[in-house]
Amino acid sequence: MPIDVKEIVVISGKGGTGKTSITAAFAALAENAVLADCDVDAADLHLILKPDVCETHDFSGGKVARVRADVCIGCGRCAEVCRFDAVRLADASTEVLAQTYAVDPVLCEGCSVCAHFCPVQAIDFADAINGQWFLSETRFGPLVHARLGIAEENSGKLVSLIRKEAKRIAEERDEAYIIVDGSPGIGCPVIASITGADLVVVVTEPTLSGEHDLARVLDLAAHFGIPALVCVNKWDINPEVTRRIEATVIERGVNLAGRITYDPVVTQAQVAGQSIPEYDRGSVRDQLARLWQVVQRKLEKNNEHKET
Amino acid sequence: MAEGFVVAVASGKGGTGKTTVATNLAKLYAATGRPVQYLDCDVEEPNGHIFLKPTIARRQDVTVEVPEVDLDKCTACGRCGKICQYSAIVALGEQVLTFEPLCHSCAGCWLVCPSGAIQPKPLKIGTLETGHVSELGFVSGRLEIGHVRTPAMIHHVKERIDPEALAIVDVPPGTSCPVVAALRDVDFVLLVTEPTPFGLNDLKLAVGLVREMGLPFAVIINRDGIGTDETQAYCRDEGITIAATIPDDRRIAEAYSTGEIIVDAVDACRRPFSALCGYIDGVRRQRAH
Amino acid sequence: MKIAVTAVGESVDVQVDPRFGRAAYFVVVDTETMACEAVENGNAASGGAGINAAKVVIDAGAAAVLTGNCGPNAERTLRAGNVKLYTGVSGTVAEAVAQFKAGALTEAAGPNVDSHAGMGN
Repeated sequence: MPIDVKEIVVISGKGGTGKTSITAAFAALAENAVLADCDVDAADLHLILKPDVCETHDFSGGKVARVRADVCIGCGRCAEVCRFDAVRLADASTEVLAQTYAVDPVLCEGCSVCAHFCPVQAIDFADAINGQWFLSETRFGPLVHARLGIAEENSGKLVSLIRKEAKRIAEERDEAYIIVDGSPGIGCPVIASITGADLVVVVTEPTLSGEHDLARVLDLAAHFGIPALVCVNKWDINPEVTRRIEATVIERGVNLAGRITYDPVVTQAQVAGQSIPEYDRGSVRDQLARLWQVVQRKLEKNNEHKET
Repeated sequence: MAEGFVVAVASGKGGTGKTTVATNLAKLYAATGRPVQYLDCDVEEPNGHIFLKPTIARRQDVTVEVPEVDLDKCTACGRCGKICQYSAIVALGEQVLTFEPLCHSCAGCWLVCPSGAIQPKPLKIGTLETGHVSELGFVSGRLEIGHVRTPAMIHHVKERIDPEALAIVDVPPGTSCPVVAALRDVDFVLLVTEPTPFGLNDLKLAVGLVREMGLPFAVIINRDGIGTDETQAYCRDEGITIAATIPDDRRIAEAYSTGEIIVDAVDACRRPFSALCGYIDGVRRQRAH
Repeated sequence: MKIAVTAVGESVDVQVDPRFGRAAYFVVVDTETMACEAVENGNAASGGAGINAAKVVIDAGAAAVLTGNCGPNAERTLRAGNVKLYTGVSGTVAEAVAQFKAGALTEAAGPNVDSHAGMGN
């Protein structure tokens, strides 16, 4: 990664803390940024960024089995060996001698065992199309985003692909930042969202659930050695829990990035299809602008440490 | 109603109020004296215990089967490494390595081994907790970090469903395969959404999934009033029943933030939740006939 | 002997790719003849990338691997395949090979990063 491009990933642990709204705000405030939506399971960033899709690509994350009914002799060996209950009779009402088997692609885990044991090689085992990814243009810069198909495994492979493309575009166009709307949770998609990033911004909320999940997400960032900043959104819902969260964060040696007040303007902006800085001139906008400044300063500081 | 019934509470988007609905529904039902269970299937980040504060009676290890190789019997044929799609077993000449956390337990390697050198053995992937809160049964699974076997963990939680009870399953957010595992074979799905553009976008994905799975469902609108009526219009156009509407109320957010059961803390919630109980009872009765 | 060097491109004049499991290419060089061959790495997968990369390198007949970082699964597989691992290597592929031939590189004692570390960029 050329020393100039800085990658910032916004994550949350728990869902619903405001991660996407804040990512959209950063997109509006930053100049020279490539944007990436790595929340591939339930992507929302495009609703604010309103992308013009320039390229669409299929994504294959694994394989899937499919029975060719014309070759199938109905012996049922596939259903016997399938550990995932994904193979059933194609149509139980058919006369027994004409019965064939079928693989449910929603339940199939792509293990190939049925294909291997079919005595007449009636089962195809090939790359599955699990989703699509897109390269688009938006009013804030280029956007790389995707849609994982319904019921698909979210292994993080698609997330990695999105980040790789975003990096390529940032280098081609000499952009200063890559701003990533990260995956929620703490599993493989989040890991794929954050490894190798320059900074992780964790958006949390002052609730017991939020506190619980914040700890796990900070453990993850620490494990991969990525500097983190924590922002408490909707802080005034519970100032006591806010203070407790901030104290824990400081104890862990992580920096606080700021607080955002609970304000209907956040949803109003979303309804208007705008980022908060475009929609509002009030206190939430100021808080977000300050947050972005803290992010930039932290990146500069980290850079200085790297160079010494 | 002595018959069991399984209701899953799901959502395309995280943070819409799934756990709020599931825990409050469970508490309210349990108070009527009927057998009820709450099962937390959000095994990567279970939060139900924060609100229900259960007494845990039992903690068990949850295991899956992974290969154990007896190198003395191994003929170095390499078939195990060839069939594995997950790099969980690797054959390098006379050496056979296993990478247990990557294993999906498909049984391919031990089925295909010509010399019986591979046998399944258990691998711990997480913990199952069972307990209660007064009369409410509580089951929760927690997947250990680093393991990929979320659907297997969810399956173990659901195995504890009491066939005589009303079982309320708290589903992970989203529409990917852990959600499918949690929703499989349930009797009814409640999709919780918020009336905002993000909420509606993700609700449509969730509706797509439950329809693909052929499951009956209804929608619950949480934090009504914060956005627009686009969500209600969508449900109307799609012929989807809105089973309950919970108002947006700062007191609810505050009660939630401290881990309280909102039907106890905020009066304005009791009505929509009672209506929801009534709706579910209606669905159960219809099923019985 | 043949050695494999992780690379960002297909020739000896490109930079060493600091990742092993998710490296863009493996440039396999015969240290006697200096003949070389580039193998593209298709393993951007989340689980098993390191293991698969190790298999590619073993199948290519390499006796050693030169790279920046290598995770635990890959390291274990390379060791089982009797492939020597050298981490912390940088510069161009040609420079790395020269360092190896001059005996300037030290064999790694084990993996030097955690798993998944190369997923981002």
